[in-house]
Amino acid sequence: MRQSLVTLLLLLTLALPGTSSTVFAKSAKAGSGSSPEVLLNQAFEDIGRQRFDTALGHIDELLRMRPNFRLAQLVKGDLLLARVRPLHTLGDAPNAPADRIGDLREEALARVRAYRERPAANQIPRYLLQMRPDQKHALVVDTGRSRLYLFENDGGRPRFVNDYYISQGKRGSQKLREGDQKTPIGVYHVTASMPKRKLSDFYGAGAYPISYPNEWDKRQGRNGHGIWLHGTPSDTFSRPPKASDGCVVLSNQDLEALAKSLQIGLTPVIISEAVEWLPAADWSTDRNRFLEMLNQWRADWESKDTNRYLAHYSKQFDSNGQDLAAWSRHKRQVNSGKTWIKVGLENVSMFRSPGPQEMIVVGFDQNYRSNNLSNVMRKRQYWIREGSNWRIVHEGGA
Amino acid sequence: MKSLLQLAALALGLAVAGAALAQPDDLAEINRLMKQGQHAQALDRVNALLATKPRDAQGRFLKGLILTEQNKITEAIEVFTRLSQDYPELPEPYNNLAVLYAAQGQYEKARQSLEASIRTHPSYATAYENLGDVYTKLASQAYDKALQFDTSNTAAQTKLSLIRDLLSTAGRAPRPGSRTEPPKVALAGADGSKSGVSALKPSTPPAAQSRAAAVQRSGTPSAMETKPAAGEAKAAPKAAEKQAERAGKVASDEVVSAVRDWAAAWAKKDADAYLAHYAKDFKTPKGEPRGDWEAMRRQRIAAPKKIEVSVQSPKVSMSDDNNASVTFRQSYRSDSLKAVSTKTLVMVRANGKWLIRQERVGS
Repeated sequence: MRQSLVTLLLLLTLALPGTSSTVFAKSAKAGSGSSPEVLLNQAFEDIGRQRFDTALGHIDELLRMRPNFRLAQLVKGDLLLARVRPLHTLGDAPNAPADRIGDLREEALARVRAYRERPAANQIPRYLLQMRPDQKHALVVDTGRSRLYLFENDGGRPRFVNDYYISQGKRGSQKLREGDQKTPIGVYHVTASMPKRKLSDFYGAGAYPISYPNEWDKRQGRNGHGIWLHGTPSDTFSRPPKASDGCVVLSNQDLEALAKSLQIGLTPVIISEAVEWLPAADWSTDRNRFLEMLNQWRADWESKDTNRYLAHYSKQFDSNGQDLAAWSRHKRQVNSGKTWIKVGLENVSMFRSPGPQEMIVVGFDQNYRSNNLSNVMRKRQYWIREGSNWRIVHEGGA
Repeated sequence: MKSLLQLAALALGLAVAGAALAQPDDLAEINRLMKQGQHAQALDRVNALLATKPRDAQGRFLKGLILTEQNKITEAIEVFTRLSQDYPELPEPYNNLAVLYAAQGQYEKARQSLEASIRTHPSYATAYENLGDVYTKLASQAYDKALQFDTSNTAAQTKLSLIRDLLSTAGRAPRPGSRTEPPKVALAGADGSKSGVSALKPSTPPAAQSRAAAVQRSGTPSAMETKPAAGEAKAAPKAAEKQAERAGKVASDEVVSAVRDWAAAWAKKDADAYLAHYAKDFKTPKGEPRGDWEAMRRQRIAAPKKIEVSVQSPKVSMSDDNNASVTFRQSYRSDSLKAVSTKTLVMVRANGKWLIRQERVGS
């Protein structure tokens, strides 16, 4: 009868879609992930080796630490029941509500998968092209894997620090409308910090709103608001993979750990349905290419050859209601009065946006000087790919 | 839990345990009194016996059984605990301790006692069978926590029915080891026509009769006995389930109707009626004092000339008979504001009325 529990775990493992081994390496050792998850996975490993008593020991230890870890309670139920009768499925509770069992199975799958498939060393999410020097960390969320990856800015190169289980919207991702219970996909940043004492228990250890909808979202007619990273109510350790109204939800202990790395108004949060990872060399090539692209735009502006400068702008360009024609007229008029222009770019950030539209979100401090006008401002640009060229579709103050 | 009386029969086997023993005549008389339901007299006799032979294993075991029959669970636990300490090689005291712990809902302790019982006597079938029940119960407790069933109500019922189970159904057709329904259902099944609820009402068990049966049926249950019990146990929960389903439906209708009343009071700008929908322990959104919050709500309700509120597609989830949460789309429109949002109200039933304990919007 115990054999069936092993079979069950095998089924769980087989349910994992195949992954490219160049991106995710199978590893017996988890990273420095949260210890409840490590204990849970050790229990799963013990079950796989038919060491059921050791497995129950791990689960009991885990539940002493986190008695409200519902998935661990489910596994405990299975391990006890397996001593009495054969199990037919993971979470073989009689008369159990199917939706809740389904939620816990999904969570088990996500956690087992995250444990067995670690991001390979020297792989970098392709989105993190360039962090600005004062951005100490970046967050990359993979909604498909129910995972948040934390990276440190190691002299311009993202270095993996840790990863955490997360929940996304009840209806998945690609948020479009207010109330659609979906998590947005795109490039955002943390905009505020809401301390625990100002929130109801529902949000747990705290909340960090992010900048959805961004300029591109608004242009696409996407609406809604109040997308936060937040914690978990006190009655549960974690929530199912699809549980929120669009927020990204972490366990309270993970949120507290993560909070130490967050800089309000600065830390990027990039949300993808399936994070694309690049070998370091490819990432480096990509990064240099796009930095050069930005530099060419800067140089063409300085050249006072307005046609060359305007060639960087898309026909779909729009800046606060100003279309390409209006923008072009304005730039030709301004440039005609210049004998010289100098443009300096500092604190450059560059993030490729996830999703079907190939797009790069660029930020920089622009130091503009000319014979008759100088100013300094923080700018944000959205570049999209048009055939073999990349062009600007949005430019404005940030 | 099963088989205390099965143990009483086994207890006679203790005569070979080599412990300090009482006269068989005394023990037989005490046994007889106990079987006739004369517990007080039986206790007196056994106490008298133990006054002269304080270490006597049989006598102490019988005393434990009598105390159990008298529902003096704490004292019975005391007797069996000491007995298991003085005679750690005997499996029966451990087993009976487990039965008593289980009756108190202390399943983890019951499990430890049964595991000890099996360690001393690896082929002790009764302990295995009981351990199966305890594992099943512990599993169901873990499942309850995992799935957020309401455990508070059923726990009380389980305890009650366990005690009745001890007193009235031991010695009847034993349950199969794989039984997973709550004990009260088995009781209903064993009683035949009674529903799960009425079975809980304490009617005097036909003690002498069942005990006589127990003596005859000591030892392992036969397959013949096992089958019908399993069949009955299966039929019973379906009816109970339906009943619960109906009850749940009624309650969730009540919740929805309370939410609609609340919205109506709001739309009528009747602040008193609106605020009357909030429970005493309502969690104000930012933890502000109740008075501040009410003043703010009164002001917000008074300010617009007209308010429209509608509640769409409410979904109720009952965590137990008196606690529910309902999620719905709220459309609000006043002269100055129009807003559609997802709202969740955590509701509690107090004095037959559903009140709001917590109010949440959005993500």
